[in-house]
Amino acid sequence: MANIAEMPEGYGGEGFFATSLAKAVGIARANSIWPLPFATSCCGIEFMATMGANYDLSRFGMERLSFSPRQADLLMVMGTIAKKMAPILKQVYTQMAEPKWVIAVGACASSGGIFDTYSVLQGIDKVIPVDVYVPGCPPRPEQIIDGVMKIQELVKNEPLRRRYSPEYQHLLEKYQIA
Amino acid sequence: MPGVIRASNIALDGMLNLQTSREAIIGVLQLLRDDEMMRFNFLTTLCGIHHPDLGGQELGVVYHLHNWLDNVRIRVKISFPKDDPHVPTATVLWPAANWMERQEYDFYGIVFTGHPDLRRILNVDDLDVFPMRKEYRLEDGTRTDKDDRFFGRDGHVGQSFD
Repeated sequence: MANIAEMPEGYGGEGFFATSLAKAVGIARANSIWPLPFATSCCGIEFMATMGANYDLSRFGMERLSFSPRQADLLMVMGTIAKKMAPILKQVYTQMAEPKWVIAVGACASSGGIFDTYSVLQGIDKVIPVDVYVPGCPPRPEQIIDGVMKIQELVKNEPLRRRYSPEYQHLLEKYQIA
Repeated sequence: MPGVIRASNIALDGMLNLQTSREAIIGVLQLLRDDEMMRFNFLTTLCGIHHPDLGGQELGVVYHLHNWLDNVRIRVKISFPKDDPHVPTATVLWPAANWMERQEYDFYGIVFTGHPDLRRILNVDDLDVFPMRKEYRLEDGTRTDKDDRFFGRDGHVGQSFD
């Protein structure tokens, strides 16, 4: 059965339907997210299961993983990020085109996890802004899907101009991302 | 080799340990490598060690050698004060010592004199501590949500969030 996106709020009648452009674009974006998997450890294995036939992330319009940041919409950071990896992660993030979202999958990406040590970044939000955190060590595929659906909600409901807002600019400045 | 080998013993794992000085270490390693009887042709590894309680001899380097022809292994140890952490490089004997010595510089701040390229190798370049030395905390200073009780430290170091 075809999986059809729900109708947005709007005004409809015989043979026509009117809604705001933002809602239409939001639906289009939310159902065609191209994720960039940045998988460094066991959470990445769970992600592979999530992409596999049983859980099948493609159902959410994510058939195509983007292994170039330039075409990606969603940065999925899955696994421990060593401090030496931090500038690379930040570079990948800055190479992505707006609009872009970030999901931190698992305890390590969210907070450093069990690696309470000098060499491990204590959460990727120390270097890039994060939209959704998925708890777990590692999280089950269901949890990753739940996080992705949270991202879809964000994408769907985000005002189109948010990326130009002073709040968003301020957020990026805080991370020293131009 | 009178005066060069300061001590020797057989370790619990059956390997012969030699204790020498950093002044003699290259000569000792060269003899072990080149002597027709010894034939310790392979530098398995070298590693740093920090004993904060051994006054004046806090830092050390342990060389593991392997004779491939007779399948015999040997350990050679040196120790020296933390305030003067200089050791002649073993890259003159084994080029493989290059990265091993960079690692020991990275983690213990041991300066291998004569090393061709003594930079940090595993840690970030701007790290300003030598993290395996025991005077430095292992935990990361930027952590904000770690409770020490859940890391088996129960308030001895770091912080608790009550």
